[in-house]
Amino acid sequence: MEQQPVLEMRGIHKQFPGVKALSNVDFRLFSGEVHALMGENGAGKSSLIKVLTGVYSIDQGAVKLSNQPVSLKSPLEAQEAGISTVYQEVNLCTNLTVAENIFIGREPRRFGRILWKQMNRNADKLLKDRMQLNIDVTLPLHAYSVAIQQLIAIARALSISAKVLILDEPTSSLDANEVKQLFSIMQTLKQDGLAILFVTHFLDQVYEISDRITILRNGNLVGEYMAKDLPKLELVSQMIGKDLTQLEKLPSKSASEQFEGNEIIAEAKQAARKGAIEPFDLKLRKGEVIGLAGLLGSGRTETARLFFGADALDQGTVRMSKANQHIQSPRKAIEHGVAFCSENRKTEGILDELTVRENIIVALQSTRGWYKPLSRKKQNEIAEHYIQLLNIKPPHTEQLIKNLSGGNQQKVLLARWLLTQPKLLILDEPTRGIDVGAKTEIQRLVLDLSAKGMSVLFISSELEEVLRVSHRIAVLRDRRKIKEISDQEMTEHSIMKTIAGG
Amino acid sequence: MRQLYKHHLFWPVAILFSLLLFNFIYSPDFFSIVVRDGKLYGSLIDILNFGAPLMLVSIGMTLVIATKGIDLSVGSIVAIAGALSCLIISRGNDQNTLSLVLSAMGMALLLSLFLGLWNGLLVAKAGIQPIIATLILMVAGRGIAQLITSGQIITVNSPKYAFIGTGALAALPVSVFVVALMLAIALLLTRKSAMGLFIEAVGCNPEASRLSGIRSVMVLMLVYVFCGLCAGIAGLLVSSNVSSADGNNAGLWYELDAILAVVIGGTSLNGGRFYLIGTIIGALIIQTLTTTIYMIGIPPEITLVVKACVVLIVCLIQSETFRKTLVHRWNTRHYTAEREATSHVNQ
Amino acid sequence: MSINRKYVPIVVTTSLFLLMFIAGSFRYNGFFSPQVLLNLLIDNAFLLIVAVGMSFVIISGGIDLSVGAVIALTTMISASLVQQLNWSPIIVIPLVLLIGALLGCGMGAIIHYFKIQPFIVTLAGMFLARGLCYVISIQTITIDNPFYTAMAQTKIRLPGGSFISISVIIALVVVAAAIYIAHYTSFGRNVYAIGGSEQSALLMGLPVAKTKILVYTLSGLCSALAGVVFTFYMLSGYGLHAVGMELDTIAAVVIGGTLLTGGVGYIVGTFFGVMIQGIIQTIISFEGTLSSWWTKIVIGLLLCLFILLQKVLSARQAIFKS
Repeated sequence: MEQQPVLEMRGIHKQFPGVKALSNVDFRLFSGEVHALMGENGAGKSSLIKVLTGVYSIDQGAVKLSNQPVSLKSPLEAQEAGISTVYQEVNLCTNLTVAENIFIGREPRRFGRILWKQMNRNADKLLKDRMQLNIDVTLPLHAYSVAIQQLIAIARALSISAKVLILDEPTSSLDANEVKQLFSIMQTLKQDGLAILFVTHFLDQVYEISDRITILRNGNLVGEYMAKDLPKLELVSQMIGKDLTQLEKLPSKSASEQFEGNEIIAEAKQAARKGAIEPFDLKLRKGEVIGLAGLLGSGRTETARLFFGADALDQGTVRMSKANQHIQSPRKAIEHGVAFCSENRKTEGILDELTVRENIIVALQSTRGWYKPLSRKKQNEIAEHYIQLLNIKPPHTEQLIKNLSGGNQQKVLLARWLLTQPKLLILDEPTRGIDVGAKTEIQRLVLDLSAKGMSVLFISSELEEVLRVSHRIAVLRDRRKIKEISDQEMTEHSIMKTIAGG
Repeated sequence: MRQLYKHHLFWPVAILFSLLLFNFIYSPDFFSIVVRDGKLYGSLIDILNFGAPLMLVSIGMTLVIATKGIDLSVGSIVAIAGALSCLIISRGNDQNTLSLVLSAMGMALLLSLFLGLWNGLLVAKAGIQPIIATLILMVAGRGIAQLITSGQIITVNSPKYAFIGTGALAALPVSVFVVALMLAIALLLTRKSAMGLFIEAVGCNPEASRLSGIRSVMVLMLVYVFCGLCAGIAGLLVSSNVSSADGNNAGLWYELDAILAVVIGGTSLNGGRFYLIGTIIGALIIQTLTTTIYMIGIPPEITLVVKACVVLIVCLIQSETFRKTLVHRWNTRHYTAEREATSHVNQ
Repeated sequence: MSINRKYVPIVVTTSLFLLMFIAGSFRYNGFFSPQVLLNLLIDNAFLLIVAVGMSFVIISGGIDLSVGAVIALTTMISASLVQQLNWSPIIVIPLVLLIGALLGCGMGAIIHYFKIQPFIVTLAGMFLARGLCYVISIQTITIDNPFYTAMAQTKIRLPGGSFISISVIIALVVVAAAIYIAHYTSFGRNVYAIGGSEQSALLMGLPVAKTKILVYTLSGLCSALAGVVFTFYMLSGYGLHAVGMELDTIAAVVIGGTLLTGGVGYIVGTFFGVMIQGIIQTIISFEGTLSSWWTKIVIGLLLCLFILLQKVLSARQAIFKS
């Protein structure tokens, strides 16, 4: 590693109306190293990346590349300065060929005419030499898996002679082998002298590949550390800002055996969906909280969606036991007492032009049918009740939901499903984007509901959270249910071991 | 006072009011209404009467646009409805029998419902983009109308049929009552039941609506069928008014005027919230505009140019980007990428 | 396998065209002659030109409803300048091309910078262009300028006794140029990229603003050129020319295999889409007893068929991918 950082950011401030995204943040990157950027959702990781990629302007502060001040006003300028980014959602054009995606904007030409043969040859060579990838570059991008598409995105970055490569959550959609492949390429690139900024929320991966770690929290810089000098526990506590042992205690949970005699509310038998989840069995009992644990992409959301009828089964059955009804569509599921609070609130949750009140009552209204509308008075009562219960801010029923912060939008969606008083409540990442204090409120709410007899299927990428609220945990890996864990076995260690595979 | 400005009906009503005022200043007997043979006559009555078909089509179009859709085939349905009813009447022995007239109208409306259903199926079941799905009927529909009339203009001689378009009830034109009736039905359906909420939900986010238990397919089919019905009724009014059916020219440009009326009335083309009263005012504005231009003596050809400008202005005002640009132009002029890629912000 | 899937819509279109031609040849006397094929080109040269412009717009993910109106405006401006003001065609023709391009450029700028849907902006453009037609004159203006009549009547003889008109040559040159632009220039590739994903194109540093505005400018230019060719064909300027032509154009592009969602399509496909429209009309006129409005119904049904076909194919592709 050299003395001078190839990238240096000092005193970066970025403010949005009502939200301070970055506050006096410093960051530096040396060539020939992998530097991980970590923090919870809302810490400022994305904002920092967007400053570097020319998407955001900075209110204050300075950015220097190779000791020269730069001002990055657009993605093109950032690229030309030598900063290349590979985003979480691979931002390439899937209708174009592989070769074209790598070279578009800089195709080899003669007299203005694009030379396809040469472009294909160059692409082929680039992928073989630097990515150890041997594929047909004349096929359209969508013919390849997301993992390959990502490697192609990196190849594009390299071909632009990047000095700095930013990888924004690249492993979210990859399986273990693909992650290995990616990391081996990152090692090679590192040795070639490239500076790599690696954003991730997977703890193990950070330690496997990074040399240095920078932690952000609530828009502030917590610190920059050498990976080998930072124990995992300290990393986590720096990220969420509290000593794990000091997190507010929850009311004691009932032990798992207590539920064995309870009636089964819903049952999946050899249920499967192609490309989503392998055949699995799962019994959900009354009053129980079942957590689904696993890495991103392990099939947790897909499993939950099958219990709601949001996706069609390819095999097996999922039934509500009492009425002996197959769950085939969201509408039927709601009728039989299932509720599903999706993790994608933007695409699957909020009705953005409508008010908080309307967003809350819509699921209940759909069960009543169009000819039995809830009176306006009743709607207001309901909305005000939940605004208070979940501490939704700003507390106005007629506020448009799109004006609320992400966390408050999440609470409105939660209210929508609580209102239907389901027998089975499915919560997929219900505390995402919500601050730590509110997180505990929601966790307490889940345990309250279970004590009152509601069954809950709980998904969260924060393992501690799953452990705190669940009576029983189903562990998934690579789209397969591996094992169910309960009682004494429910420790972070054993679950992580199960996920890792022995 | 602030509240008044913010109300969504403020600008449409203001524009309509200004237009009417302008007309009054230009021609003082604009507001005069006389009674002759038990019927009311006057410019205002003309606006209501001639604007009735447009108002009807616009009512149906409002609900379709609210679901993030569009119906380009309404003009063709207007032509087809008129063509079929005139054909049936003209084939009768005595063109003035009530049963003949009623059955002719019934068949025409039935066909309109069916055509609306066709559109609904393409959009809701086959998942085809509304512009294209209704484009098919728009193209083929003219051909169908021509087919029914065998390329001729069918004239009928039936006072009972002509009553709808030219007659009067309690001194007001029948067409006004028809519009009022359909408007009442639409308002009841959408505001007194939960259907309005469902329509707006589907327009905001079809997937989230589905996951909330709303039968998106049913909702979509309903709005297209209703739109077809409105267009059919409008078609009957138009052909009854002139006691004939012209497969080629009836309903020409109606879809465009209807879209314009809906947009002026405050409903966004992106779907979601809709305003039926706003649409009626929008339709009245368009009709008054046409009358005003005629009254001033400007060649009616200008109407199209004026309409073009109005569409543009309304859309610019509705465009958030335009409003922000006016306000923030100075601050963000260096960072074009920020505006364009802001969707990348929200996670 | 993926490559083959890409070409399926175009193969279907071409096969359909050949099928119709063969069927017609069996059914009617005199159908199976090179002149019948060439007449398709002669009678639809203007549609070919405007459909090329529309193809680029649709591939970029947009739509242009103003094309018919711009054609009419072009005929009107040409007719009034040439007949009433006695301007020379050498000045008039480049002028109308410029006007078409400027209109397109204006619409493109509004669409991009103010983020208003192309549908509504080009709709306003259509109103504006038609309106301007009527402002110039409500009546038809007949053209008897020798240049125009020469262009209309010149027959270019081909070996074998058949002939084509000059417009056909213009149209074929436009098609050839379009194929080159689409496949060999950055502008063309950027259009495909934007149609695939505008967000990605932006983040990849492609000139999205420039490309989008240029695409609509190109469409305006093609509409104006098609208008010039139409003027040769009709020898008059009239506000009611080309009414509904935007629909025929969109139909030709869709039947030619271009996806309405953008990012996928071939100019060659559009060529055959236009040819299919022409051959339907020819068949109907050969049939004699069928009235011409059947054309509209058949086109409508074909459009429906092709769109459903596109849906089925892309659904299959999605399953194939996962």
